[in-house]
Amino acid sequence: MELLDGNLELKEIQKLQGHTDRVWSLAWNPATAAADVPKVFASCSGDKTVRIWEESPSTRSWDCKAVLEETHTRTVRSCAWSPSGRLLATASFDATTAIWENVGGDFECVSTLEGHENEVKSVSWNASGSLLATCGRDKTVWIWEVMPGNEFECIQVLQGHTQDVKMVEWHPTMDILFSCSYDNTVKVWWSDDADGDWSCVQTLGESSNGHSSTVWSLAFNAKGDKLVTCSDDLTMKIWEADIIRMQSGDGYAPWNHLCTLSGYHDRTIFSVHWSREGIIASGAADDAVRLFVESKDGSMNGSSYQLLLKKEKAHDMDVNSVQWCPGEKRLLASASDDGTIKIWELGTLP
Amino acid sequence: MVSGLINANPIVYEKKERRVRNEAAVPDEYAVEPIDQLEIFYHIRDIKDPEHPYSLEELKVITEDAIEVDNERSYVRVTFTPTVEHCSMATVIGLCLRVKLMRSLPSRYKMDIRVAPGTHATEAAVNKQLNDKERVAAALENPNLLDMVDECLAPSYA
Repeated sequence: MELLDGNLELKEIQKLQGHTDRVWSLAWNPATAAADVPKVFASCSGDKTVRIWEESPSTRSWDCKAVLEETHTRTVRSCAWSPSGRLLATASFDATTAIWENVGGDFECVSTLEGHENEVKSVSWNASGSLLATCGRDKTVWIWEVMPGNEFECIQVLQGHTQDVKMVEWHPTMDILFSCSYDNTVKVWWSDDADGDWSCVQTLGESSNGHSSTVWSLAFNAKGDKLVTCSDDLTMKIWEADIIRMQSGDGYAPWNHLCTLSGYHDRTIFSVHWSREGIIASGAADDAVRLFVESKDGSMNGSSYQLLLKKEKAHDMDVNSVQWCPGEKRLLASASDDGTIKIWELGTLP
Repeated sequence: MVSGLINANPIVYEKKERRVRNEAAVPDEYAVEPIDQLEIFYHIRDIKDPEHPYSLEELKVITEDAIEVDNERSYVRVTFTPTVEHCSMATVIGLCLRVKLMRSLPSRYKMDIRVAPGTHATEAAVNKQLNDKERVAAALENPNLLDMVDECLAPSYA
């Protein structure tokens, strides 16, 4: 199916209700991407709970399988599955990050990570599942080592952002950490050698074609050589790096601004996510979900992206998170201030 | 006034006469009733100033003219004027305005709360904070701050 041939529609498959406050974020379990395993994702909310949703293989409908409650005492802002899909990490405004283990369908809180001074806003696992990163209002980014027996040890507190840190995200294949902030920048953290200290090797700020207001979220393409960031400045920006060079051990390769997508959004963009086949989804405060793809006709200026589809009124209120399902089908999940999650399928019009 | 207040002697203005709003001649209870400037003003005029026993209307922190409504886009913008340039209460006032409107207007409404240009020393910082919903959400989970907001809002529900 050629994406740019048009006639695409984002079809609502199901609206999931259960949370009693805004849904901030959601995460697909990466271990459920295979065709023979039921798809699972987690969602987290201002109602202080996390919900686990599973698709029934027979009816294809989604049901809430578990509610993780009575652990966090304030908003649960973000959640992330370990690469194996066995552990779920949840970051909360109560200043803690909880680690949950799936034991035969029941989720047990097996560890609580304390250290941030106040609200924890985001959590991310590295590609191998050996490291965890958290960030929060205290302007710091923490790197935790995953030890045997569900122990987590903080190996470094990274300082550099001048305002609260909204999100952390590891590179999909390499141990490079990215953080974005209310200070309008994205910082890249890297360690020269395996046992070395982590340091900020690059700051993508306004002076380097970066954003002019809060950077809310970022995501990588499948190859890991491109990065998309989104902001309160109503733009999305695409960045590129020579990751082949980095993978061959020739040191750090900087990320360069490739292009800016402006004029598409008129309220804050809270979430971006890149599908395996290259479709960027955005979720924004104008209640809409938009999809973008790289343009085929290579212009003189190199790379450019175009709007593939805009779903107006995807939700009744702000769209806080959009996440593509890692599996074969073009499934997208969105979470909103309206308290619901929607499952969408990208298909062709009949 | 006790010393130590940010603005010990604010100018107090007279309250506007309470006009009766023009209701539709034939009321249709199923029609979506558009929201106008005056309705927004009525929701927020009696909010109490965080450090004075006066309302935001009496201190001219808010006026009807500083309210912008676009019903087609379900959009509201309130621009407020702190009593002094360095008023550290500006964030609390802004928070009160946002919370009151969040609780009073249909959820489809989008709102921006802003400090009037040139009225506050750290205008950009205050505006940014007031319009960052994550920070607003976190602030409203702080019991002390929520108490302060609720106290200021109490007269507006009377």
